[in-house]
Amino acid sequence: MKPERTRSKTFTRRAALLTGAKMALLGGLTARMYYLQVVESERYKMLAEDNRINFRLLAPPRGFIVDRNGDYLAINIQNYQVTLVREQAKDVEEVLARLAQVIDLEEHEIAKVLRETQRRRSFVPITVRDNLTWEEVSRIGVNAPDLPGISIDVGQSRHYPYGPDMAHVVGYVSSVSQEDLSGDPLLELPGFRIGKNGIEKRYDLALRGQGGTSQVEVNALGRVIKEIDRQEGQPGRELKLTLDMRLQQMIAERIKDEKSAAVVVMDAKTGAVRALTSIPAYDPNTFSEGLSTKQWNDLVNNPYSPLTNKAVAGQYAPGSTFKAAVALAALENGISPDHSVFCPGHMRLGDRRFHCWKRYGHGHMELVDALRESCDVWFYDVARRIGVDAIAKAANKLGLGAPTGIDLLGERGGLIPTKQWKRDKRGQPWHAGETLIVGIGQGYVLTTPLQLAVMTARIVNGGKAVSPFLSVDQIDGRDAHERTEQEIPSLNINPDHLRIIMQGMDEVVNSPRGTARRSAIKEPDRAMGGKTGTAQVRRISKAERDTGVRKSEEMEWRLRDHALFVGYAPVHDPRFVVSVIVEHGGGGSSVAAPIASDVLKETQRLFFDEDENAVTPTETGENDANRRTG
Amino acid sequence: MRSGMSEFGVPELTLQQKVFQINWLLVLLVTSIACIGFAMLYSAANGSWSPWAIRQASIFGGGVVLMLFIALVDIRLWLRYAYVLYFLALLALVAVELFGEERKGAQRWISLWVLDLQPSEPMKIMLVLALARYFHGISIEDIGRPTVLIVPLLLVAAPALLILRQPDLGTTVMLIAGGGIMFYLAGVRIWKFLAVIASVLAAVPFLWSSLHDYQKQRVFTFLDPERDPLGAGYNIMQSKIAIGSGGFSGKGFLQGTQSHLNFLPEKQTDFIFTMLTEEFGLMGGGIVLALYGAIMLYGLIIAMRARTQFSRLLAMGVVSTLALYVFVNVSMVLGLIPVVGAPLPLISFGGTAMLTVMIGFGWLMNVYIHRETRIGRRWDESAP
Repeated sequence: MKPERTRSKTFTRRAALLTGAKMALLGGLTARMYYLQVVESERYKMLAEDNRINFRLLAPPRGFIVDRNGDYLAINIQNYQVTLVREQAKDVEEVLARLAQVIDLEEHEIAKVLRETQRRRSFVPITVRDNLTWEEVSRIGVNAPDLPGISIDVGQSRHYPYGPDMAHVVGYVSSVSQEDLSGDPLLELPGFRIGKNGIEKRYDLALRGQGGTSQVEVNALGRVIKEIDRQEGQPGRELKLTLDMRLQQMIAERIKDEKSAAVVVMDAKTGAVRALTSIPAYDPNTFSEGLSTKQWNDLVNNPYSPLTNKAVAGQYAPGSTFKAAVALAALENGISPDHSVFCPGHMRLGDRRFHCWKRYGHGHMELVDALRESCDVWFYDVARRIGVDAIAKAANKLGLGAPTGIDLLGERGGLIPTKQWKRDKRGQPWHAGETLIVGIGQGYVLTTPLQLAVMTARIVNGGKAVSPFLSVDQIDGRDAHERTEQEIPSLNINPDHLRIIMQGMDEVVNSPRGTARRSAIKEPDRAMGGKTGTAQVRRISKAERDTGVRKSEEMEWRLRDHALFVGYAPVHDPRFVVSVIVEHGGGGSSVAAPIASDVLKETQRLFFDEDENAVTPTETGENDANRRTG
Repeated sequence: MRSGMSEFGVPELTLQQKVFQINWLLVLLVTSIACIGFAMLYSAANGSWSPWAIRQASIFGGGVVLMLFIALVDIRLWLRYAYVLYFLALLALVAVELFGEERKGAQRWISLWVLDLQPSEPMKIMLVLALARYFHGISIEDIGRPTVLIVPLLLVAAPALLILRQPDLGTTVMLIAGGGIMFYLAGVRIWKFLAVIASVLAAVPFLWSSLHDYQKQRVFTFLDPERDPLGAGYNIMQSKIAIGSGGFSGKGFLQGTQSHLNFLPEKQTDFIFTMLTEEFGLMGGGIVLALYGAIMLYGLIIAMRARTQFSRLLAMGVVSTLALYVFVNVSMVLGLIPVVGAPLPLISFGGTAMLTVMIGFGWLMNVYIHRETRIGRRWDESAP
């Protein structure tokens, strides 16, 4: 065969083979396309949609909090913020420098924005400053042509119109922290705020609402091309409280000169809390705006603990206010109201002397007398007779020694000691002397001001087991609505016993020999009953007692007695109870009782004269003269 | 010997005869594919002629003129100047090495007045031309002699090394593969290929260590694209998503979400086939592959009908180079091979590549027109 023909044949064979291989490859590629575009197509279609469509969460507006009259305690206000978009600004530094001439921008703020612009994509707005004043907003508006990429955004921020007056009840909102993340995607929204304290935290879910979603088409850089679908969320629901803002403010004003105090006003029949105050307080607005480290440290290091709601979390020896519970324990344990004890100013047990507050004694005392004049010896005697466990049983019945279950966070339970308790916790046997001390509300006994209000309410409402609550509505599946009297279970206390104690408490205020006689409300149909209490915070030594007990006013503040008072009104048909504690305020009759009197007077005015609108503001001033004179 | 007749008595073709011989069906095929390309570039620019479609169309217009001119030039001239053209292309590669511009981490471009030239593109077909000429002069007996293969091996190795230095591994491999096809068509024994492949495999560990990190990364990414979906695997993943979501009939012209929302990278160049199949589905992609297939078959027919080894090798070489690029590009976007920088002939945006392809088609037509022309072993034996 000719070489040329061999070459040609080789070529032809190989070219044909090669082309055959090409056709096979084309077939293979088509098969691959078939696999991707037909067999696996659905999967890739979903992936393409995932790529293309972004779900954006829309933050729902937070529900307002109002008082019983619809007065706003927590609202949302528009928050103007100035933002910068890098791609529109072009020269970011130049624009920021110009902005700094319009509104005061600090070096570090500019540096922070510059860092942000490096991290974020060029079309993402970066917040330069929020909470702008109107003046700043309008100045930026006027200079807008010189500030490319700068715009004003309107956001929402939480505002508390009454500031510190409501802080301990309403609480505050603040940024979401790592521990708060619960899986609700709303919490991951930048700038989202959640309740961190008080009602804001307790009812956070209801106030928060449900986030909406916006389906947007985005490109590969995340830039939104268009909105495809929008699902509006559910705004947070409005929450109505049992509180009366006017009363709350009156109390704040009345106790503004005290360093540290708490006042609770409660409906004795239903448990609706009408006022709950603890001072000092803080301004919750600073929390929603963002607190500086210094502001935070000031709050934490303040010796009067402004961050503690003392009405529910402050635990104090109840002092003589506890005698109401001991009196009930006595009656329930067969002590006759006529049981008479002679008070020589002290009582001897073994080789110890237990002193009465009245140095030279009260003479012959029966139950009502002992309550009225707060005779310690009578209660020593009764306590010794019935024992500590009987006292504890009555005290527990009246709501002491356990959290009341109010819809606030951080409530504490106080302490009502028993023999068992001491064995378990201290590993020591109970001493008879300790029973005597418990009998006058000292020693191990600890109560919160709210518990004392509950105790008083359960005595004066005919022995109904009221519990305090703040929210008018049933929320979060919690039974916290305003219950009718019939719904509240009875404590099964002999009404005669209660009547006797109430007579004693009536006389505390309305008898010429009562410890709180100077604080009486003079209007007969609004008269107040109650019980004073002066809780010692230090032990009085024998030497001191011999030279005469020093007056509280002469001592260092933190060594002074706590002044307490529990009261109710009107005496003939008790409707409201009040519990007052002035930390280291001195005597219950001289400091706490006048406050309670003023508060109950105002409470009755607000609730009974409501329809008439006849406000007579001079009423509260009258008793000022009596303050600290008891 | 009468003027106008070759030494074998075949009449010399007049210009008129040549024009009459132009294979208009081939021109139609080429133009169809190019037009599909313009449409895709129009779509890639979100429905705008600028910046790509208009430039590509005008370059193609020039390319058609160039193609027809090349087709009409006497084939013996191409044989005669084969080495000259090859060395000019090689010189351009050296120039890139010396003065080239770096783009995306590799020296691949030289600026020539208004034109940005990518010399590795023309090299592909100049190598085919040079090898066609060389093997034209070698008898089938000589092919068996190893020494005969030294020169063509050097012809392949010189540009391959230069392109590898740029560095552009993908183009280097394709250039070598193109050269290999020429060796195969010329009749080099199969066992020699096997020997070369075996020795390359043996050298893999050594080669691996000399690869750039990004090249290693591409191989890793190819092996498992979902390993790093936001990094190097992103392109392949997004390409597969685009193609798969196109389905059988596609999302419609200008409707490709992956392409138009920029999830797809390089959609006007290497990933243009992805966009095409996203918008026109399996149907559109299949039609384009069929058109390429038709050109490949055409190439075979033309090569078969040509009388001389040079013509056959040139025709088959040009068409195989084209096929190689189609396969590499399409396999890449379908996620079958690692990402390599290979344009889709006639469709991907790129002036140099377009002109190179048009020169190739010019030769293919030239071979068809001059299918009866006899050429001696050496160019001067059959000089016109």
